[in-house]
Amino acid sequence: MNKTLLIFRHEFLHMIKRKGFIILTLIVPVLALIGIGVFQLASTDEPPIVETTTIGYVDEAGGFDQYTTQGYVELVRFGTPGDATAALINGDVAEYFVIPSDYLTTGVINRYTMERQLETPPAIATVIKNFLTSNLLTGKVPPDTIELVEKPLSLTVTRLTETGEVATEQGGYGNVIIPAIFGLLLALSLQAASLYMVEGLGDEKESRLIEVLLSSVSPRQLLTGKVLGLGAAGLVQVVVWLASLPLLLNLASSTIGGFFGTIQLPANFLVLGIVYFILGYLLFAALSAGVGAISSSAREGQPLAMIYALLVFVPLWFASLLFIFPNSPIWTVLTIFPITAPIEVMLRLGVAGIAAWELAVSLAVMVLSIIGALALSVKAFRVYLLMYGKRPSWGEIIRNLRSG
Amino acid sequence: MRIWEEVADMLAVEVNNVVKSFTDKVAVDDLSFSVAQGEMFGLIGPNGAGKTTTIRMMMDILKPDSGEVTILGEKLDEATKDRLGYLPEERGLYKKLKVLDSIVYLASLKGVDRHSAAEKANELLTQTGMLASKNKKIEALSRGMGQIIQFIVTIIHDPQLLILDEPFAGLDPVNTELLKGMLADLRNQGKAVILSTHQMNQVEELCDRILMINNGQGILYGDLREIKARYRGNSVLLDSEGELGEIPGVTDKRTHKDYTELMLDGTTTPQQVLAHLISHGMVINRFEVATPSLNEIFLKEVGKKS
Repeated sequence: MNKTLLIFRHEFLHMIKRKGFIILTLIVPVLALIGIGVFQLASTDEPPIVETTTIGYVDEAGGFDQYTTQGYVELVRFGTPGDATAALINGDVAEYFVIPSDYLTTGVINRYTMERQLETPPAIATVIKNFLTSNLLTGKVPPDTIELVEKPLSLTVTRLTETGEVATEQGGYGNVIIPAIFGLLLALSLQAASLYMVEGLGDEKESRLIEVLLSSVSPRQLLTGKVLGLGAAGLVQVVVWLASLPLLLNLASSTIGGFFGTIQLPANFLVLGIVYFILGYLLFAALSAGVGAISSSAREGQPLAMIYALLVFVPLWFASLLFIFPNSPIWTVLTIFPITAPIEVMLRLGVAGIAAWELAVSLAVMVLSIIGALALSVKAFRVYLLMYGKRPSWGEIIRNLRSG
Repeated sequence: MRIWEEVADMLAVEVNNVVKSFTDKVAVDDLSFSVAQGEMFGLIGPNGAGKTTTIRMMMDILKPDSGEVTILGEKLDEATKDRLGYLPEERGLYKKLKVLDSIVYLASLKGVDRHSAAEKANELLTQTGMLASKNKKIEALSRGMGQIIQFIVTIIHDPQLLILDEPFAGLDPVNTELLKGMLADLRNQGKAVILSTHQMNQVEELCDRILMINNGQGILYGDLREIKARYRGNSVLLDSEGELGEIPGVTDKRTHKDYTELMLDGTTTPQQVLAHLISHGMVINRFEVATPSLNEIFLKEVGKKS
């Protein structure tokens, strides 16, 4: 067997037997199954009993005396703000509000509470709003109309294609959830793979096993075998995740329903997911081989590897901005920059899609980066192979790579 | 037949005017030597002399700045690597891997198929008395046991050239003897063995020829017996019964615990002294031309250069 293949086989088997790898691979389907199971158990119980809250109010404007029960909130009327304050201090009411006599012209309500809050909790605001609306409209419009006014807005959105047909991908959070989760897992997986690679090479250098290996194979064979071995292990991981997805989604959608029923996989997601996963693995493995080459031990290499292993999370940090401004050119930059590309592409697939040219450029840059990183790593490896002491300065490394 | 003779005549190693510098010093300075097939060759020198750098250049782990290295008649390439066995000075194996798996994996990188590697590994483990440990993880072995495993890895692919850097370091006397016996067998099979060490007694016992290097330069090179003869002092060691009396040509006598060292003048030979003693009816238990040990030669040469 070709020696690169032998190293590939060894590294692949070594990687997939690691506890960390097995846990990360299986945790996704297992956690999802547990989640569905817990939901089923919880949903068969009686609905939880919610304690009724009492809120006081002072009606200086007059006419606000009906609809004093709003869901789990009981509204109690007080004659004066003084009475209401006394009740609040006593603990008889959780808070109170005053409807001033000029409310109908100003629309201002004064709320009093002993809690320190950033803003009025939306549930309380809704209770007060519905209480006021019901009392204002009673007798003037039919009760059904009052109910309709108080209900939150319910929008059903349909996305149409350029030809006016209903689009297969309807967008929304149901569309972004899987790519986002996949992106997060991909980032974790790439980070773990980078650290494994640096650790593996560091250990081989530290134990001097590297000399035995290099008395049998060339640095290129060694590093290529290692990078491909790690890439194949990554492929196993992504295949397990992606294969379990449709099953889990079907299960979740049939048992839990609701939001899970709206979850859709974006077009090309499976194909691009696998492609970017593999390319991401190869890139991070090649970069880590370089870090392993210039570090004398695993302990020394890991902080260096953390630099790009953290950069991989950048698209996730800015994911909320991507949801608000999906067309900013920043996302194009993150799509093309090879370290952030895998995760950014996954997120954008779910949010607004990606132009074909961006994907083409992104893939080309990734492939070139992998080849470049591997070539530089092999060079660095030869130069720094036998450096067991202090790590060289960056200036030295650049000088040596130029001349070496 | 001719081809076989050519192969047999081919040098296992040929190093010509090799130079290697690092940023702060010249590690190997214009070094030349050769090692023949079926020869046990000692590469000796103090710490930092350039032995390991020389070996690494032979293994193509380091590239020389200038000069040429030929291994088994050709410039080292991937195919030649399969015919080499290398035991580095500081040893390591995959700690979490089992003994047999480690040996089979590293043998497969030398071009041995897994089945034959496992078979040969079992054979060598039996020979070294380590068969019981074959399913243990490397980390569970003692240092000496690990070293034996590493030695097995070095020879499992039946290499034509063996390069061993400090092979006896850390071994107990039993394992040292075991290793020596295996090395002698390999030499008898026609393999070239290069021993790099500073344990002079081992070199004296095992090697046919030596290269002594200091500060990256070769200071002594050639047949061990010839070198020792060159350093032979003009004295004889004598253990006899009875009074010695005056012996012509002997300028001084030094009494040691078990023998007396007789210092000869420039013109008298040991044979003349022996003839004189016999003619005077002396009972002689031991008569030996004093030859310095390799250690003494080493100390003298290294001391002289520094």
